[in-house]
Amino acid sequence: MAKKVVVEANINGEPIEFLCEPRQSLLEVLRDVLELTGSKEGCLTGDCGACTVIVNGRPLCSCLMLGVEAQGKTIQTVEGLAAPDRLHVLQQKFLEHASLQCGICTPGFLMSAKALLDRNPKPTEAEIRYALAGNLCRCTGYDKIVRAVADAAQTLASGQQPAGHLGSGPSATEQTERFLQEQEVK
Amino acid sequence: MATVIIPAQLRKLTGGKDRVKAKGRNVRQLIEDLDRQFPGFSEQLLQDGDVKPSIAVSIDGEMGTGGVLEPVGEDSEVFFLPALGGGRENPGG
Amino acid sequence: MAASPNGHDYRVIGTRPVRHDGIEKVTGQAKYGADYNFPGMLYGKILRSPYAHAIIKSIKVDKAAALPGVKAVITANDLPALPDKMEQAGEMALNMSHLSANIMARDKVLYDGHAVAAVAATSPHIAEEALRLIEVDYEVLPPVMSVEEAMKPDAPILLPGLRNKEEGPDKPTNVATHLQFKRGDVNEGFKQADYVVEREFKTAMVHQGYIEPHNAVGIYNPDGHATIYCSTQGSFVVRSLSAAVLGMPEGNIKVVPAEIGGGFGGKTTIYLEPLSVLLSKKTGHPVKLTMSRAEVLRATGPTSGSTIRCKMGCSKDGKLLAAQIWMAYEAGAFPGSPVGAGAMTIVAPYNIPNLLIDAYDVVVNRPKTAAYRAPGASNAAMASETIIDELAEKCGIDPCDFRIMNGAREGTPQTAGPPYRRIGYIETVEAIKNSPHYKSKLEGPNRGRGVASGFWFNVGLQSSAIVNIHTDGTASVVIGSVDIGGTRAAQAMIAAEVLGLDVNDVRPLVTDTDSIGHTDVTGGSRTAFATGWAVYEAAQDVVRQLKERAAKLWEKKPEEVSFANGLFTAQGDGIKPMTIKELAGRLARTGGPISGRATVNARGVGPAFATTVIDVEVDPDTGKVQILRATVAQDVGKAIHPSYVEGQMQGGTAQGIGWALNEEYFYDERGILRNTGLLDYRMPTCLDLPMIETCIVEVPTPGHPLGIRGVGEVSIVPPPAAVANAIAHAVGVRMTELPMSPPRVLKALLSKRTRAEAQAAAAGS
Repeated sequence: MAKKVVVEANINGEPIEFLCEPRQSLLEVLRDVLELTGSKEGCLTGDCGACTVIVNGRPLCSCLMLGVEAQGKTIQTVEGLAAPDRLHVLQQKFLEHASLQCGICTPGFLMSAKALLDRNPKPTEAEIRYALAGNLCRCTGYDKIVRAVADAAQTLASGQQPAGHLGSGPSATEQTERFLQEQEVK
Repeated sequence: MATVIIPAQLRKLTGGKDRVKAKGRNVRQLIEDLDRQFPGFSEQLLQDGDVKPSIAVSIDGEMGTGGVLEPVGEDSEVFFLPALGGGRENPGG
Repeated sequence: MAASPNGHDYRVIGTRPVRHDGIEKVTGQAKYGADYNFPGMLYGKILRSPYAHAIIKSIKVDKAAALPGVKAVITANDLPALPDKMEQAGEMALNMSHLSANIMARDKVLYDGHAVAAVAATSPHIAEEALRLIEVDYEVLPPVMSVEEAMKPDAPILLPGLRNKEEGPDKPTNVATHLQFKRGDVNEGFKQADYVVEREFKTAMVHQGYIEPHNAVGIYNPDGHATIYCSTQGSFVVRSLSAAVLGMPEGNIKVVPAEIGGGFGGKTTIYLEPLSVLLSKKTGHPVKLTMSRAEVLRATGPTSGSTIRCKMGCSKDGKLLAAQIWMAYEAGAFPGSPVGAGAMTIVAPYNIPNLLIDAYDVVVNRPKTAAYRAPGASNAAMASETIIDELAEKCGIDPCDFRIMNGAREGTPQTAGPPYRRIGYIETVEAIKNSPHYKSKLEGPNRGRGVASGFWFNVGLQSSAIVNIHTDGTASVVIGSVDIGGTRAAQAMIAAEVLGLDVNDVRPLVTDTDSIGHTDVTGGSRTAFATGWAVYEAAQDVVRQLKERAAKLWEKKPEEVSFANGLFTAQGDGIKPMTIKELAGRLARTGGPISGRATVNARGVGPAFATTVIDVEVDPDTGKVQILRATVAQDVGKAIHPSYVEGQMQGGTAQGIGWALNEEYFYDERGILRNTGLLDYRMPTCLDLPMIETCIVEVPTPGHPLGIRGVGEVSIVPPPAAVANAIAHAVGVRMTELPMSPPRVLKALLSKRTRAEAQAAAAGS
């Protein structure tokens, strides 16, 4: 067994160091080392999307990336999506549209949907379906998920605050985005 | 007397008849009377003193929940059928 | 206010509040079974058979046990031998020796992936390394993969002890059960018929496909008690079955149901749970077992593949006269396919005077099947509902009208004999007939529209509920029914409705097996019906007790106090009506806290019907079928939370479409499963489906205080047949095999072209 390695990464806006074995996937590190169990294991082969996180602005299956590959990367997980006092508009819309039944796929869908809206704020239904095609949901038939994402896009585009808004502090997501922008400037 | 509708596979006990009359105020008494008329019924329907887990009893269109203690009316229509349970569906399995 | 079908005006029921457990589930805080970790916890892994059928000659575990980090290795020898007899276990009748042998193979392995040993180690990676060091000596036997092979007189026998009544006590067999349903005289019926259609259908074994693999954490205490944390549809089932397999008293096991990531029937039995306890007992540590996706597909219970021969006849004017059906379902390695349910559902929507159904439960070298959403009904309906479509076509009658003409109503005898009570089948067909979808025109080449219906029994069974009133006048609802799709919200809404509270002032809580009375599985579409009934009664119990307290305060008799619209009141000078919130503050001085309780063994379950219309476009060059539009109408009795009712209808439709088009277990000639991942076991994605339109039909179940019918299952039944009918109308081929994947559809199209060309050539010569 190879020795554990120290890895530095920015996770949900926080600079973090962790120890991991070279054979551990990022998903295993998130869940078992960092106790961020919001990212779910559904297949470990990149087919179901339940473990989707955003790495340097791009959605990917954390089961397909090694923990050691996180070195120097910026990672967003579902735990960083909401601010302490308010939900992300996608989270709010998923609740309003009853877009989850068992909820196991929800974290992955939220992260894929966020990555979509970050790069395409006004997606068509086809674009939403294309962007979410790597995430499997067995409960809903996707209808209410697609509606929630479309509604979230509309809410963001209209500049309305989502219904869940209570306070004004930046969310971990916003902190991460600022961090990413700063990195780009550098 | 209640009317008992005999499932296809038990009609060999009744000489092919698909409905017979039997008396009893509950399912236990009814099965006892059936067994008197057509020996073998108790063995087919009962296990350890109660209705077999693989068998359900419908009385006047309603599935019984009381096993042998389920009340039977004077003119009831009683069906014995394969049981389903809890999202499971295992007659005999 | 939402108007109810039976004339009540509801304040909460029929509205769409945000579910109470929603925030935890969108923020990643909700704990599913695999999310539980405990100090000192070990990780377990299971060694599985690489053969479909083999005798286990020996298992050597010494090398594995010696690997640093390995704390225990177990085999079937560590489990007690159980009787080869049907026993009542909780609400289920099960052969305990089969259950135990499925969890850990004893003398023989009976399918690819059958468990043979388990390891606990300090990390999952070490446990996996240890599996490679276990040496198993197998004597490989020929696999029996289909019902046709298994029913041959000289077929290899899977279970040496298996017998059936017809073949007698001396004849080893693979046929576990033969059921027969008979009414009238089918030969006479077919004689009178003007049109008769007969076809043979084959449907593939398919999996429920829940996204969350099975998991369990077992913690054994030296005092002989154990706790199991797991994702299950039925914590009480896990308790009773695990106790039986382990030889422990049932009361010594506490099961804590975690959040569950989908089940659809597949999590109503046990696989890992007793092994986690046994490994914990051996090591003195908590032990977590989780399955990989390949393990889920290879070794948990899918639903049966089947062969169905179906013959139906009708008169020229469309009256159904006779149906004769032969059906054999793959049980998997041990008896217990849903063929009985298949037989009792296959023509359940219709009034047919002459009927003969023979149904066979057959063991094959595939994983033991488990329940899957309306078990046995979807593949059965593929046969009957496509033949109904053909008969309607021959008669020149609209498929909806044909179904309305022949449809089951109150009083129509069910397949097993008893008459239906008030049901809403005809209403679902009418809803589809009047839907914007059905009234729209479908144009364009290779496009077609198909209609099909489905039936499911639903079940009642046992539930318990507690409603507590807090000192601030809010309430909590405590239940044992696992929430698999939003039922917490429905239970809170029922309590809020009765108590006159805001739905957000009622907190629903799903608790463990020590904290609530017996509650059967979340399955059979029973949770809103039966647990909802218990919650309704428990809330009524609270109201009754509160009336007594108000009476005490007002120096009145309890029967003089009335309760309506959230206010307690009585006749008399100076009596000011009180809300529950006001009364709650006075409980200490009027007799102490109030908890309402109720238990039910629910009677009078209302069966469910659904009718679905689907438009497809077939690519004539590839055979790929695209779903253009889908609408489902379902009788739900009364929709408590319409969004989650729609969700059940849409989700079942999507699963049915997956079953129709792509999903199938693919075994090679050695009986090895070749598609053990979700890339090759192809479930519908977002891109494969359109929006799914819903028509909620509400025909209340007589006898239920809220008229609820189960809603969870029946929507999966019509889609395979609806898609097949749509394909027939699009391209003129009648599909008789599931899935209707591109190769199968293309083959049917090519043979149709070949036939047409041959006819043209014959006509030309």
